[in-house]
Amino acid sequence: MANLKTAEKKTKAQSMGLHTEVLTGKTQQKFFNPDEAENFFYWGAYDVDFNKRTDLDVKDMNCKEANRRIDELMSQGYGTIVIKNPQGKHSLGVGILNKLNLIFEGSLGYFGVGSIDGPMVRVNGRVGWSCAENMMAGKVVIEKNAGSCFGAAIRGGDLICKGSVGARTGIDQKGGTIIVGGDAGAFTGFMMQRGRIIIMGDVGINLGDSMYDGTIYVGGKIGSFGSDAIESPMTKSDIDWLKRKLKVAELGENFDVSKMTKVVAGKKLWNYDALEPTEKKGAI
Amino acid sequence: MCGIAGLIHRGKSSNVGSELQLMLQALKHRGPDSTGYALYAENDGKNFIMRFKVGENVGEGSTSINEDASVYDKRKKLVDNTLGELGAKVIKEDQLTPYSFRYEMQFNDDLMEFSKKIESIESVEILSIGKSLELIKDLGDAATVSERYGLGNVKGTHAIGHARMATESGVDIKSAHPFWGYPFSDVSVVHNGQLTNYWNNRRVLENKGMRFMSECDSELIAVYLAEKMRNGATLEEGMKDSLTGLDGVFTYFVATKDSLGMAKDTMAAKPLVLYESDDLVAMGSEEIAIRSILPQEIDTYDPFDGEVKVWQI
Repeated sequence: MANLKTAEKKTKAQSMGLHTEVLTGKTQQKFFNPDEAENFFYWGAYDVDFNKRTDLDVKDMNCKEANRRIDELMSQGYGTIVIKNPQGKHSLGVGILNKLNLIFEGSLGYFGVGSIDGPMVRVNGRVGWSCAENMMAGKVVIEKNAGSCFGAAIRGGDLICKGSVGARTGIDQKGGTIIVGGDAGAFTGFMMQRGRIIIMGDVGINLGDSMYDGTIYVGGKIGSFGSDAIESPMTKSDIDWLKRKLKVAELGENFDVSKMTKVVAGKKLWNYDALEPTEKKGAI
Repeated sequence: MCGIAGLIHRGKSSNVGSELQLMLQALKHRGPDSTGYALYAENDGKNFIMRFKVGENVGEGSTSINEDASVYDKRKKLVDNTLGELGAKVIKEDQLTPYSFRYEMQFNDDLMEFSKKIESIESVEILSIGKSLELIKDLGDAATVSERYGLGNVKGTHAIGHARMATESGVDIKSAHPFWGYPFSDVSVVHNGQLTNYWNNRRVLENKGMRFMSECDSELIAVYLAEKMRNGATLEEGMKDSLTGLDGVFTYFVATKDSLGMAKDTMAAKPLVLYESDDLVAMGSEEIAIRSILPQEIDTYDPFDGEVKVWQI
């Protein structure tokens, strides 16, 4: 590990403006150094070939068996895996930290493709609660509807639902993009911290309640704004980005993104105040 | 946690006993303590069917006090005597377990007074009264309860059921779902969630003459809706009113002799997946419940917050 405190020559990461702070103490370490490409891959990640394709029928498997089998297939170099008969089972396709083209021919239950980092997933069906929770990177496309907590706490990647989604979509979102072709329920973007949400249809009550940061775009009606969520003017860069993103999502070919409502954090909650509550008390 | 399931066939009957069993068994992981069925069966519609219990299941896992089985006979005789005094004519009687019975009977007077008299006998609880409603609940999973009560071949138009994980009250039949919408014939309710203004509502409703048999918060929904309907509200009106009258998180189903309804609280905190076609509506806490009777690829969705829906047979 490079010693950033004493290194005289700047690393590539530092040249890019990353990690310019002097790290001290026993926890100092280096993250995502582009000089060392292997840092971008998980230990034990498989070298798979997207052209090597296989089917996996999970009708008579429980989720542990199915997930173990997916792992085995990746270890054999299969880069495209088609899951047959998922039949609403929970926790299928979770924890995949690998490049992979994963296709589900049917619907998933709870926590489908949760905690993934890298795969491209397509679900030719519906997903239950907490789909792609904690996703780090990759692309997930749901062809039908999704349940509540869609994309909870995702940190990166593109999560797309072509149908409608339930309540609390993007709760605690920390990055990435969530795109919904239909409507979304109450508390969309609840406690959102970073990233973007695009809802092409209507949203329910308390949109963006207690959001810290991030941006929500809504194409239809808004039930109500949540605490500290406010409307913000659309800019040209918003419009350009939305057009690009919806094209990637295979949605909204003729959708007029310029008419969408942009919602951001008002940052008036106490935690945005320059003073801590105890200091504020003293000032009063 | 608890799991709920329901289905309604529109325009025809089906084997709702076995269908609901499959749906509830798929939800067993959400509630292994007890299972309940409210089946709207193909009966001739002439007589009332009363299901009642004279004691509790004291088997493994039960939180009930162990009683000598001889008390069941004494209580059953008291019920028979009271039925005679009330002018009810018993056409057929079946003993299903040492503590539970099914009577077919003729009765023409007020069901509220009738129920009060019967339930004044120690430890006697009417599980349901109706002309098509068959309400069965007991400890164990869906398959166990179905086998114990012979539900596998029950044909009917619609049904709701519940797999319970006991959190607010004991592991016993009186706290199990479904709850009968006392004193209305053929009304039943199942619930997933927690109600936080239970005691406030209970005090008000008891002052209006309504009865509670358990301390399970879910019973409030049945009593709440029954009281609304008693005052002239339709089922759907009562359900819409409950969205503000009941505090907490809930998804519940209610069924009457010819309809099935669902309501979801304004926080949408409890799950529900719904499949709707021209001839069948099936819904459950999780999609696997629906898949257990419809394995083919189908379109399902989550109802939104504050949504109320009612379907007719």
